[in-house]
Amino acid sequence: MSETRPLAELAAIIRSKNAGPFRLTFDVLFDDEPAFLAVVATGVINPDAMAALFGVERTQVSSIHVLPEGLAIKITLLRPRAQCAPGETDVYGCQQHVPLMTLPVPLEGNYAPPAA
Amino acid sequence: MISVLTPTGTLGYGFDPAALARGMRFGPQVIAVDAGSTDPGPAYLGSAEPLCSRRVVKGEIAQLLGAARSVGIPLVIGSAGGSGRGELVDWTVDIVREVARELGFRFRLARIYADIAHERVEQALARDEIEDFEAGFALTREALDDTAAIVAQMGWEPIAEALDAGAEVVVAGRACDDLAIAAYPIAAGADIGLATHMGKILECGAFSAEPFAMDVMMGFLHDDHFVLEPGSPARKASLKSVAAHSLYERENPFLQRGPGGSVDLSGCRFEAEGDRRVKVSGARFLEDPVYRVKLEGAGLKGYRTLCMAGVRCPTMIERLDELLENARRKTVAHFAPDPVTPSFRVYGHDGVMAELEPFRGNGGAHELGLLMDVTAPTQELAHAACHFLSGHLLHVAWPGQVNTSGNLAFPYSPSDIDAGAVYEFTVYHLMKAESPTELFPIHYDDV
Repeated sequence: MSETRPLAELAAIIRSKNAGPFRLTFDVLFDDEPAFLAVVATGVINPDAMAALFGVERTQVSSIHVLPEGLAIKITLLRPRAQCAPGETDVYGCQQHVPLMTLPVPLEGNYAPPAA
Repeated sequence: MISVLTPTGTLGYGFDPAALARGMRFGPQVIAVDAGSTDPGPAYLGSAEPLCSRRVVKGEIAQLLGAARSVGIPLVIGSAGGSGRGELVDWTVDIVREVARELGFRFRLARIYADIAHERVEQALARDEIEDFEAGFALTREALDDTAAIVAQMGWEPIAEALDAGAEVVVAGRACDDLAIAAYPIAAGADIGLATHMGKILECGAFSAEPFAMDVMMGFLHDDHFVLEPGSPARKASLKSVAAHSLYERENPFLQRGPGGSVDLSGCRFEAEGDRRVKVSGARFLEDPVYRVKLEGAGLKGYRTLCMAGVRCPTMIERLDELLENARRKTVAHFAPDPVTPSFRVYGHDGVMAELEPFRGNGGAHELGLLMDVTAPTQELAHAACHFLSGHLLHVAWPGQVNTSGNLAFPYSPSDIDAGAVYEFTVYHLMKAESPTELFPIHYDDV
């Protein structure tokens, strides 16, 4: 059995923020371990997928960290424009998270997400 | 045990006076607060303008100084005024002196400066003692010539030196946020790794609590762990809130780099202690073989004038990209050879995410918000070009236009607003220091 859910239905918090003036970092935080483990198991959060999701080159994906202790996944991009460079749109980088909300997560096996 | 009270995430962003009073009942040995960072952007560093208003900062300093003096504990303020430039150390000291005069406090004050002279950086460049941090470009003499101001992030050492010398109020220029909070515990003999990790969580105040807010957070540092508790009983520290905060605003959640070394967080443990407290252990300080500080520099890139307008007509919305590109080209050509740089943000389209925006096209929006701006070498030129640009778009014609009397709904008159100097980060590099205190002169005053 396989079912696809947007990441926002599985994670408790999805956020973006500057990590210094030249990086944009995204945190995906989970309330419950089964949801965290299920998302990690799908492998949907990987450098190629993140590059495609945000329409950037693979080399712009600086790092991805998985933190079992914090039930968290952390993704960091090089900022397409440095903070306050010409044409830059989000000084704090705090409104860049939305594509992650709609990232489709194919759930396989026996993880049944709580009813939305 | 060493207890630290941090009143808020940024001095000037507020806290609940009742939470401060409750926090003070724990008997903290220090009140420590961070007043800024690079996060609000390079303009604050380049212009030496304070991040928060004098009126608001004075109100908070009055409360914090009152609390600290009432029990005779030190007050430490890091990254004074926002960017931590020398002008803002003096600005903050002036507020502290005024409050002291009004409330009748006397104390020993330390001022610590973090400004770095261009010559010092040139010297380091010549000795090959500069390396990129995350800027993605090498620092050059030309880039230095374009830099209005440089500060370095101090570590805990200069603040600890001032405290050891008997300072009861320390106003520090740019300081590593975590270490401005950690300086007192480290000076009192605490483990550097644990104190820095506690500082990292405390520096945002009750952002590590739930519900999160700019508010009071307490840290209790023991030999092999620390405990966090919000000042307000309406908040709690939870495993989730504290662990989430450990990720905040940085790339590597396992390694926190700072002046002189890094804190290894890979062995950290978080444990709930009752309903409102979290116990944290496991951070380890890894000393760098060479002491390096992070330099932050901002350069003047020109002056900006901006203009906001709404677009409602569907015949304009459907061809907006083309109209904007034509307007940009006409404006640049009109003022050539003087360089003017127009830019647009189209809210309702891709005004928030620009090139990261996955939705393309105007998507049937019934109205769009248009923010136009022009950056130019002088404010006068920026103003002239912005008005030319907005005036062109106001009256531009296209085939199939229905309304021929004007295309833009301006909310204001005058429609073009001078926004002042534009700065960019020109330096974000590491520099070798002779010692942790070499770059950060301390001055003492009896207030």
